[in-house]
Amino acid sequence: MIDRRSFFKLAAGAGGASLVAACGWDGGNAVRPLLLDVSRINDWVGEKIFFSTRRLAPEYDIAQRTARLPSYFISPTMPELKDPAKWQLRVDGLVRKPQSLSLDDLRAMPRTTYTVKHHCVEGWSAIATWHGVPVAAVAERCEMLPQARYIRFDSFDSGYSNGWDLASAMHPQTILAYGMNDNPLPASHGAPLRLYSPTKLGYKMTKYLVSMTFTADRPGGYWEDQGYPWFAGV
Amino acid sequence: MTVAPPVARPQGVKRHHWIVRVTHWTTFVTLLGMIASGLQIYSAYARFGERGGPYFVNAFEDRQFPGWSRLGGWLAGALNWHFALAWPLVIGGVVYLSYLVYSGEWRSLLFRPRDIRGAIEMQKYYLRLRKDHPPQGKHNPLQKLAYTFIIVLGALSVLTGFAIYKPTQLKWLTALFGGFQATRYWHFWAVWIFTAFLVAHVILVFVVDPASLRAMIVGWYRGRFPSHD
Repeated sequence: MIDRRSFFKLAAGAGGASLVAACGWDGGNAVRPLLLDVSRINDWVGEKIFFSTRRLAPEYDIAQRTARLPSYFISPTMPELKDPAKWQLRVDGLVRKPQSLSLDDLRAMPRTTYTVKHHCVEGWSAIATWHGVPVAAVAERCEMLPQARYIRFDSFDSGYSNGWDLASAMHPQTILAYGMNDNPLPASHGAPLRLYSPTKLGYKMTKYLVSMTFTADRPGGYWEDQGYPWFAGV
Repeated sequence: MTVAPPVARPQGVKRHHWIVRVTHWTTFVTLLGMIASGLQIYSAYARFGERGGPYFVNAFEDRQFPGWSRLGGWLAGALNWHFALAWPLVIGGVVYLSYLVYSGEWRSLLFRPRDIRGAIEMQKYYLRLRKDHPPQGKHNPLQKLAYTFIIVLGALSVLTGFAIYKPTQLKWLTALFGGFQATRYWHFWAVWIFTAFLVAHVILVFVVDPASLRAMIVGWYRGRFPSHD
């Protein structure tokens, strides 16, 4: 008899689990905050245990480039500047010398080129070459203050933005990219300037940049505020 | 050798330590959650291979799994479930394996080369090529093979999971499994092997020895095969 009772108990449990799955349950108001808390713990593990500013992502041969990278933006149509010649990147916040940098200014700074694998949170991956200036070089130029712990990157793509921890931003492979596959950055991939790093998921790499702001408090982000992992290191 | 007559003691024989029972059921529940949230994650990009191909052979390419089998509602929800449930899954696995080592119970579970002969005899018995049930300890050699295999599969699932989670920081591990996309592919395959194991495991429990279910819940066994202890 007990076997049968146990069986029904088990069946009820399994039925409950199926029902939960059937609702496409994200945890509801009771469990969702708990899941987000665990996600913050995982962010901490990702930053303090897995990540190292000295560990570099592997580089690939140019021959391994993927033919076509998917293009993503949140605006209804592809964001494009009316007057690209007037565009400048604003660098401010907790810095001693705020800057307004044109593309020529950025091109005159130390240049990094690498061919790396892009990891999208969706599960696809693709290899491309990126050319740009390390974020660390920009931080040095604007003389960031010791209170700065994060950088907020803003775009002209309908307010899309991201917040980065300083360690990730100062990683030698974190760059402001103005070129892709030996050409100027195309509009489909964030022209005139985008953030790039092979140690982050794609959604952390702000495209269509307008400004970077050094802050003491952790900035949110477009997808991060909707529940995607904040650190998003790969 | 034949099966010994049932022991008269009402509570039966003690079969599973509470650590084994607790980790068995927490693993069962978290594994269901991992699979369901994993199927939701799969929906975001339902194929394997670098962009532009070539793609791995996959019967589920560009297909969605039915709503009742998915957990999380959307990609972010599913990821948060998956990465939260990974904690109890891994902790449960480590506690269970530690218990096996500490108690010495691994000896009755680990399939070793000397069990091959017994496994063949057991297979003969199931195929009715031999009449009497071969002698055995707590588990017969085929059970040892199944349980050893599923523990190895669990370890591989966790390792491929980490290799997908941090393909850059753990690039050596990801490379070991053949790269990021190949690792996703093996991680996905593990789901179907787990599912097949789960179905076979539950069928065998109910068909061969329903009393073993009670033993996994309360610890005491009073079914038809007490000699197995």
